[in-house]
Amino acid sequence: MAVASREALRVVGSAVRKVDGLSKCAGVTKFADDIVLPRMVFCKLHRSPVPHARIVRIDTSKAGKMPGVLAVLTGRDLPIPFGILPVSQDEHALCPDKVRFVGDPVAAVAALDEDIAFEAMNAIRVEYEPLDPILSIEDAIRKPSPRIHDYGDEGNIHKKVALEFGDVERGLGQSDEVLEDTFYYEGSTHLPMEQHAAVGMVEPDGKVTVWSSTQTPHYVHRALAKVLQMPPAHIRVIACPNGGGFGGKSDPFNHEIVVAKLALLTGRPVKITLTREEVFYCHRGRHPVLMRIKTGLTKDGAIKAMHFKSYLDGGGYGSYGVASTYYTGALQTVTYNVENYKFEGLRCFTNKPPCGPKRGHGTPQPRFALEVHLDKIAEKLAIDPAELRLRHLVPPGSLTANYLRVGSIGLGKCIEAVVRGSDWSRKFRRLPHGKGIGLACSSYLCGAGLPIYWNNMPHTGVQLRLDRGGGVVVFCGEIDIGQGSDTVLAQVVAEVLGIDPYDIRIVFGDTDLTPVDLGSYSSRVTLMMGNAAIQAAERAREILAKAAAEKLGVPPDRLGFADRRVFDVESPERGMTFPEAVVLAESRFGTIGTVGSYTPPPSAGKYKGAGVGPSPAYSYSAAVVELDVDPETGWIRVERVHLAHDVGQCINPVLVVGQIEGSVYMGLGEALMEEQVFRTNRNGVHKAPSMLEYKSPTTMEMPDVVSYIIEDPDPNGPFGAKEVGQGPLLPIAPAVVNAVYDAVGVRIDEIPVTPEKILKAIASPAKRFGPRGVPDVTWPEPIRVPTPWGAGPAPWAASGPATRSRPAPITREPRP
Amino acid sequence: MKRRKKTTGAVPAVRANAHLRLHVNGESREVSFAPHKTLLEVLREDLGLTGTKHGCELGECGTCTVLLDGKPQLSCLVLGLECEDRPIVTVEGLADGPRPDPLQMAFAELGAAQCGYCTPGILCAAKALLDARPEPTRQEIREALSGNLCRCTGYIKIFEAVELAARRRRDPGAQPAHEVLHGRRV
Repeated sequence: MAVASREALRVVGSAVRKVDGLSKCAGVTKFADDIVLPRMVFCKLHRSPVPHARIVRIDTSKAGKMPGVLAVLTGRDLPIPFGILPVSQDEHALCPDKVRFVGDPVAAVAALDEDIAFEAMNAIRVEYEPLDPILSIEDAIRKPSPRIHDYGDEGNIHKKVALEFGDVERGLGQSDEVLEDTFYYEGSTHLPMEQHAAVGMVEPDGKVTVWSSTQTPHYVHRALAKVLQMPPAHIRVIACPNGGGFGGKSDPFNHEIVVAKLALLTGRPVKITLTREEVFYCHRGRHPVLMRIKTGLTKDGAIKAMHFKSYLDGGGYGSYGVASTYYTGALQTVTYNVENYKFEGLRCFTNKPPCGPKRGHGTPQPRFALEVHLDKIAEKLAIDPAELRLRHLVPPGSLTANYLRVGSIGLGKCIEAVVRGSDWSRKFRRLPHGKGIGLACSSYLCGAGLPIYWNNMPHTGVQLRLDRGGGVVVFCGEIDIGQGSDTVLAQVVAEVLGIDPYDIRIVFGDTDLTPVDLGSYSSRVTLMMGNAAIQAAERAREILAKAAAEKLGVPPDRLGFADRRVFDVESPERGMTFPEAVVLAESRFGTIGTVGSYTPPPSAGKYKGAGVGPSPAYSYSAAVVELDVDPETGWIRVERVHLAHDVGQCINPVLVVGQIEGSVYMGLGEALMEEQVFRTNRNGVHKAPSMLEYKSPTTMEMPDVVSYIIEDPDPNGPFGAKEVGQGPLLPIAPAVVNAVYDAVGVRIDEIPVTPEKILKAIASPAKRFGPRGVPDVTWPEPIRVPTPWGAGPAPWAASGPATRSRPAPITREPRP
Repeated sequence: MKRRKKTTGAVPAVRANAHLRLHVNGESREVSFAPHKTLLEVLREDLGLTGTKHGCELGECGTCTVLLDGKPQLSCLVLGLECEDRPIVTVEGLADGPRPDPLQMAFAELGAAQCGYCTPGILCAAKALLDARPEPTRQEIREALSGNLCRCTGYIKIFEAVELAARRRRDPGAQPAHEVLHGRRV
């Protein structure tokens, strides 16, 4: 009764139209702000105009007396803190005593309409006692006081970590070359097209329902129960389809808690829809990260030792920051062999909107540093950058220096695809001045190996109910944020049961109706939900097979399920329709429902900090960027991007190509223009809190993208599938920077690459633009962990890279 | 917490409603709304047409695009009052009864709608383009949609869907190229 072999897949792998595609194109998909309920009233948040201050007094009397105002809330009404990570429960729905960034919410109003709510919000008076704002990484390290939070490792440093795998000093000593670089990656924000919205409603029996544009209904559920001090059983969170998330809707938010509280107080449904400016304050986007990388290599380019330091600008709250910090040091080891590895990282609190997880969470920054660093190394060692990478690929089924278990790795095939597709060997270092080509690679998780809060339960559950008419309802707590998870779920179930994906109804993201799925983050949904769905569907199939086998007089394992039929595989004309099989089974066994769940395998690392980085599988990408740089103006025009992605097994090529193109787009935005930055000389106000001023690529800037789907099935993936939502973003920024160097011979060690930086680099003696150094920091004694290979030679070193099966080396035609 | 025990529900006199006739999706509708309301607000709040979305309400993102007098119009930048008796088409009015417009079908098939939030506005802008230029070049599509931001797709599937819909207006059986759906063969 095993699932069909990959060759025999019918639904999985086919370009099925998204199950919610036509609804979205008809405008009938209900987003959170589309919800209208009888007697609904409206909420507005009063936000801090100062970056760092004590709240002396809040005067809500005028607002409270305005006609049409139903309720006014301040921090005193919601005194219990919350936060996404158990280790940083440092947020309040409304600031009780202190504000930490311009935009931090202080008070809330509910009124009959939005206009009255807006007037009432403006009528609230808050007296502040200003504190010195901390506005940069350097500031936070230099000035331990005033402290932004009264917790954290020291002063304004939220978290400091140090890990060493093997012996980096010894590895550097054994190296032929040691190179060091400093990089900076600017912060950016998700900018989902949909502004966050939430509706709170209370039922006559006191139960609360919250609809929200959230990627993580389960975590919102937990936060609501904690802050409202209500039994979770009396709270229902319904995640609406997200109008884009990209990580920006993964935290429980102030406004979600506030509308629930206001609904409880007023007895009426309460809606809030953030303005675009407020979305910039919610943020939780890309951390700005300063990085130092030091690598020791053999002449062949084998990495004997790597020492990576990262300094994160965290903003005003913890959010996912502790995880983000570890992530800036986790995945350096899963692409190319690293024999000894050391990571030191710190995250600062600053008086800016909190940073958190944006597509690639903590990985684009170090990946940018590593891939540009490797480009410099390749030049120094006179090895083609593609060849350098191919020589040292991590072997499949191996354990890295920091105990990450790599399953399948299709990176070699990815590199080959983009190298061949772009005609790399004819172009690299051979194009006329002003034209450039650059290459970079990357890897990403297929779901975090550990849940956010410690527990032994599954990370996802799927429930199936079969109807006598042949329809199947699939219940799962997942939430489609545009990536297509509903479609993946329908295709997986349809594949196992041999039906059409459109025979399936998906019920998603509802804490009352659906089994828990932890949420649409860390690229976990396809792998984890997919595995749970296979389990639930196989259990249903087993029940149907038993009933059908009796009727047909054949053993159950001889039955096939396809084309809405259940049949004897040895004489396929003998069989019955799928609905007939359901009727037989229901007559025999009663109502048919099954469940499936998924828990990732335990991680191999046992050291403190080993929780961040392990994943059931890793996806791989390679990118080649072709661009023009005008040496006079510094203007960059990206002409074409080749992107090959190892997705393990493609479940739907349209979705995969869509994620590749979307990731390339977002990567280009970060590489070339997007900046979430603040005016340090004007009290830390956001420099560009609007869609016009915050530059993002339009139809006019988007280059051609050539996508290559690589399939190297992973034993842990559903049908071998791995993620594609985040991985393809990671190589874009370094590939752009490497192409700029190829075009005009300057190194831009800082993202975004702007014409101004290029001109400055051209004019500079070092032909470089980037950070000069890193601040002095006393690092803690590292947690020392022997590598899996101990003091002996690394496993790949024993056989030598050349004997391993890998793609043919890149041969360059001789220069003319 | 300060809470008013009773609310009067009274609204200031300046908020007296305007009453007029709007011509939306081929239907004439009497509607009454506060005079400062934008067309976007009137459509969503007073006519229940929530298919039209908003991304900024400042005329920056194109999400709220509808057709006014057959031309793309940012509904957040025009007052409802200005639209009396002028033909308005929203995403809800694109389909021909139960049959989706070729643009809607092509967008759904090619994954040009990922989260689907910018989609209604882009469909309206693309409809105006195809009505004016039945065989647009890629560059003309880029220019026609340059005021519409999308954060999911990288725009490429949107271009390809507009091109497919344009072809299907002439040849209903037109299919996308293999590479559009599957990427380039390795």
